[in-house]
Amino acid sequence: MVAVRDVSVTIAPGSFFTLLGPSGSGKTTTLMMVAGFAFPTSGEVFVDGKPMAALPPQKRELGMVFQSYAVFPHLTVFDNVAFPLQIRKASRPEILRRVGEALELVRLTGYERRLPRQLSGGEQQRVALARALVFRPRVLLMDEPLGALDKKLRAHMQLELKHIQQHLHVTVIYVTHDQEEALTMSDRVAVMQGGRIEQVGGPAELYDRPASRFVADFLGESNFLDAVAVSAEGDGRWRCRAAGGLEFSGVGAVPLEAGQPITAAVRPEKLVQADDAGAAALGPGANACKGLVEEAIYVGDVTRYRVGLGADGAIIIKVPNRVGARPPASGAAVALAWSPEDTRLFPRVSA
Amino acid sequence: MKSIEEGRETRRNLLLLLPALLLLALLFAYPLLGIVNRSVYKAGYTLDFYRQIFRVPVYLQVLGATFKVSALVTIVCLALGYPLAYMLATRRPRTAQLLMIIVVLPFFTSIIVRTYAWMVLLGRNGIVNQYLIALGLTDKPLALLYNQAGVVIGMSYVLLPYMVLTVYSVMRGIDPGLVRAAHSLGASRFQAFRRVFLPLSLPGIAGGTLLVFILSLGFFITPALMGGPGDMMIAMLIEREVEITLNWSFASALAVVLLALTLAGFAGYNRIVRLERIFEGRS
Repeated sequence: MVAVRDVSVTIAPGSFFTLLGPSGSGKTTTLMMVAGFAFPTSGEVFVDGKPMAALPPQKRELGMVFQSYAVFPHLTVFDNVAFPLQIRKASRPEILRRVGEALELVRLTGYERRLPRQLSGGEQQRVALARALVFRPRVLLMDEPLGALDKKLRAHMQLELKHIQQHLHVTVIYVTHDQEEALTMSDRVAVMQGGRIEQVGGPAELYDRPASRFVADFLGESNFLDAVAVSAEGDGRWRCRAAGGLEFSGVGAVPLEAGQPITAAVRPEKLVQADDAGAAALGPGANACKGLVEEAIYVGDVTRYRVGLGADGAIIIKVPNRVGARPPASGAAVALAWSPEDTRLFPRVSA
Repeated sequence: MKSIEEGRETRRNLLLLLPALLLLALLFAYPLLGIVNRSVYKAGYTLDFYRQIFRVPVYLQVLGATFKVSALVTIVCLALGYPLAYMLATRRPRTAQLLMIIVVLPFFTSIIVRTYAWMVLLGRNGIVNQYLIALGLTDKPLALLYNQAGVVIGMSYVLLPYMVLTVYSVMRGIDPGLVRAAHSLGASRFQAFRRVFLPLSLPGIAGGTLLVFILSLGFFITPALMGGPGDMMIAMLIEREVEITLNWSFASALAVVLLALTLAGFAGYNRIVRLERIFEGRS
């Protein structure tokens, strides 16, 4: 059993890099190899061009924030944050100054003498963060640090973490299974599955141009339609025909061949009603189809419709609830349009 | 709201405790009161028996010896038991399981059998002395039996599992992630142990030493069999007063003094180590 194989990636200094994937995808193992708590059977980890694999964790000078916080329960907030400085034999005045700065950074000034059990989960996580940053590590490693926090606090901490990272220009390697979190915080994201990296890219690139069906499915939401590539239209574009007869154009994520079975993916918010103002912007080459609204679910900012396409199944569309919007009723006939550019084609692996 | 809930909880706990409490009241508290009563009553109330304990030097010597042996046994058990518990708590489960069986195994034999086994091992011509002489470590057999060394060896052996199990149970509760975190912050193995693991295992050390010390104070069989004439401990003195001199009131007074000293030791210890505070863990 191999947890991770063939993972090779270069992370720019000062950037926020995220390993994203479902549980068991190897993202934490990858992080632990960087930290020195897991050992690759082959390969090397370089930090600042220096090989790390032979060094124990304590010699790597990497800050780490754990999912369980791992704040020392017998030490006060001050002593927790001072710990790495004491280990490095810093002078008393320097420890006072730097712990003060670190606690100010995570906005815990005044909490110095408290014990971890007197703090909330979010506060404990800030202590862990201050402790990991106080010795100015070259890289900060974070293993699902916000996993245990509630949704509101998590969103707040995401922004705060991002601001701290930009303020300090520290390189961050972040592990999460939460795709929204990854998109919010990262400069670049590596999507992992089954111990391999599926795709590396910026958040917009991953979302708009997923390289595999897995990425299109894991990151955000996609409609999938099984079809066959019929004819090439140049620039990687193909005319396709779905099993039920629907014809449309899309862009191949990889080079395709005529007659190849494919799966097409379209984001629900990229589909617009043909009589909508947005549809005109799509131009003459747009894909189009007709269907019946089978179900409408109001979720606040948008309404989700399931539109039946007859023999081609059903697709989900998302319509923003703007001022003056005229939402179609359940059972109404609708005409939909979407851009070929927003249609990604993946080779279909016969199951 | 909360206090009502807590009150209900307390009542239910009391109900669960009731059978044990009744048994204790009947078989422990009641006879104990009898002992206390007898220690101050012999044809009229008197404190003579207590005066006797604190006036006659030999009785004070026995008390002193009891505490000294108990302290030595506690130190030996801690020195041997802590590393063993550390291994048990940090090794792979299968290795730990095997070690644990070895630790608990002596519990399955009678303490008298084990004590006699030590007497065979430690005697002048016992295996230990034979090996020591064969290895040239000593010219003539060492006196390992019928003296304080013998008592300490025998008692430490019997009490070691109590230390190991107490320390181990606390160590098992220490999140290994904390030691990892210490490493990630730059701590060497020794620093991580010294600053994180050791302080977090203190409740185990406190509990283990307390348990071993208190059990040592009342030890009877091992010192009686392995000690010399000068190694009388308080439990042996009590036995002599009950069995030989038939001075039950004096024996009762000795028992009360032993109990009082034990409780005082517990209270003092509790104060130094502040057990509740450490055990609290969560608030």
